[in-house]
Amino acid sequence: MSGRFIAVAAGVVALVTLPYWMPGVYYLNVSSQILFYAIFALGLNILAGYGGLVSLGHAGLFGIAAYATGYTLQAGFGHPVAIFNALTAGMTAMAVFAVLSLRSTGIGFIMITLALGEIIWGLAYRWISITGGDNGINLHGRPDPFGVAITSASAFYYTTLVVFLVALAAVTVFVRSPMGAALMGTRDQPRRMTALGYHVWAIRFWACMFSGLLTAVSGILFVYYTQFISPQALDLTASAEVLLMVISGGSGTLLGPIVGAALVIVVKSVVSGFLERWNMLLGAIFVAIVILMPEGLVPGTARLWRLAWRRARKDTGGEL
Amino acid sequence: MTFWLLLTVNSITFGGLLFLLAAGFSLIFGLMRIPNLTHGSLFMLGAYFGATFVGGYLSVTFNFWVAVLMATVLVAAFGTLIERFLLRQLPGQQMAQVLVTLGISFMVADFCLMVWGGDPVRVDTPGSLTGFIRYGPLVFPHYRLAIIAIAVVAALGLWLLLDRTRLGAMIRAGVDDPDMARVVGIRVSQLFTIVFALGAGLAAFAGIIGAPILSVYPGLDQDMLPLALVVVILGGSGSLLGSFVGSIIIGFIYNFGQALLPELSYFVLFLPMLLVLIVRPQGLFGRFVP
Repeated sequence: MSGRFIAVAAGVVALVTLPYWMPGVYYLNVSSQILFYAIFALGLNILAGYGGLVSLGHAGLFGIAAYATGYTLQAGFGHPVAIFNALTAGMTAMAVFAVLSLRSTGIGFIMITLALGEIIWGLAYRWISITGGDNGINLHGRPDPFGVAITSASAFYYTTLVVFLVALAAVTVFVRSPMGAALMGTRDQPRRMTALGYHVWAIRFWACMFSGLLTAVSGILFVYYTQFISPQALDLTASAEVLLMVISGGSGTLLGPIVGAALVIVVKSVVSGFLERWNMLLGAIFVAIVILMPEGLVPGTARLWRLAWRRARKDTGGEL
Repeated sequence: MTFWLLLTVNSITFGGLLFLLAAGFSLIFGLMRIPNLTHGSLFMLGAYFGATFVGGYLSVTFNFWVAVLMATVLVAAFGTLIERFLLRQLPGQQMAQVLVTLGISFMVADFCLMVWGGDPVRVDTPGSLTGFIRYGPLVFPHYRLAIIAIAVVAALGLWLLLDRTRLGAMIRAGVDDPDMARVVGIRVSQLFTIVFALGAGLAAFAGIIGAPILSVYPGLDQDMLPLALVVVILGGSGSLLGSFVGSIIIGFIYNFGQALLPELSYFVLFLPMLLVLIVRPQGLFGRFVP
């Protein structure tokens, strides 16, 4: 039994038993939020971390899935149709995003995705006959997968947890697969990968699609959680926040986006209850992370830990 | 007919404001390859500072143009600080640059909300320019015409600076090939500071000049940043002419779109950008694909 296995098992046990030791429904709801935002961040991390393609338009995709759910339900269809439509709409939008933005990499990719995200935001905000404009779309009720109602906070938490664990497992498998290795290859050495016969564009495109799938899933969970979708959920700040989750936790790691999601959501929902200027705090945290721990919280902590460990060993003359 | 002419004047006015904003963004992006996501915040900060000076600060009210100058210089100094102490530490690290500039824009937005509150701040048109020009049934406000004039003068000034001076030649060399520019002895890092301060100052200048038309409100930063971005993608990064043409095009599309297709105005706004990306990825006048 390796230490890593014990840590993962302890983490899963803590998450599964969370409704029993979390003080109050409010914190349980915050935990649900952290989980579905973590799925979102994991999805973006596929591109930003493993593919080196920083997207600032992902909230647009997230929003498309959420709006598709809301709009389908409003039109009188059932939950399965709504979820199917949301996934289809999210993936289709991602395909369009990918075809347009994969024309360049680096800053060009950032700018194009940012602009595309703003188009989606503009549509949500202005195309009032479809989206309800600033008033958004209200939902009524949540689906009941396999006949289990998920209206209570703990039932919704468990649903989110199951989806989250599946998503995390999928990302883990993806990253360790030849496809994941090829994606990292296109990030580090695109020309060499081309010379080796890899289709760099196709690898990036399918990475985008996987990222889009996770984003759409989190968008659906979000809209069922809040029962409401408005343009605010897909503006530039929302895109920025999820990117900040990825980068602050540590891009290109599995745990980083989850830690980042927890950090951002806790500051946004818990600390904002005590501190009026929480946006200032969030901004300051990001600047501080870049200066003090440019690689992100998870790899940064690991580095400090190793450093401390080595120093401790030196002090005791290698006895440890 | 009157309607169309007025819309045209408004479009050119807005295009002029956009040019002031986008020219700096484009230069920063072209020279430093930094996506400066604080640019909208600098615009807003300039507008708020200017509004405060005009409205009276410590019971001293300033002349509009003095206020413009002070706000511009203040924000340019702020931009210098950002460049010197933060961006300077992160050469070539795009993700870190994105994170820092976004972090700063969050802080600026929250700072503005803290100091000036959530209500829009109105800035009066400077006294000498409150009138109108009447031409038959047409009425053109002096101030809008003045903005057009200012934008044209600024464009000419920037063009002279970039095309006719030694500093401009160094900046152009840096845009085209930063490594080669270093090799021939140009201190590119010093240029970075100058260009960043210039861009920040221009953004603030646009903010306060535009304040009597747009008014100043929380969220102004996020309204302007995407517009600057579209202009730069459309016109081509690092190109002054590109910024100018792009700004005018976007000014027209923005105003006509809002008047004719209010529901799809944002979509129409971004359409030419998509077309350019597909047909000519480096932008209309750009020299390199970002």
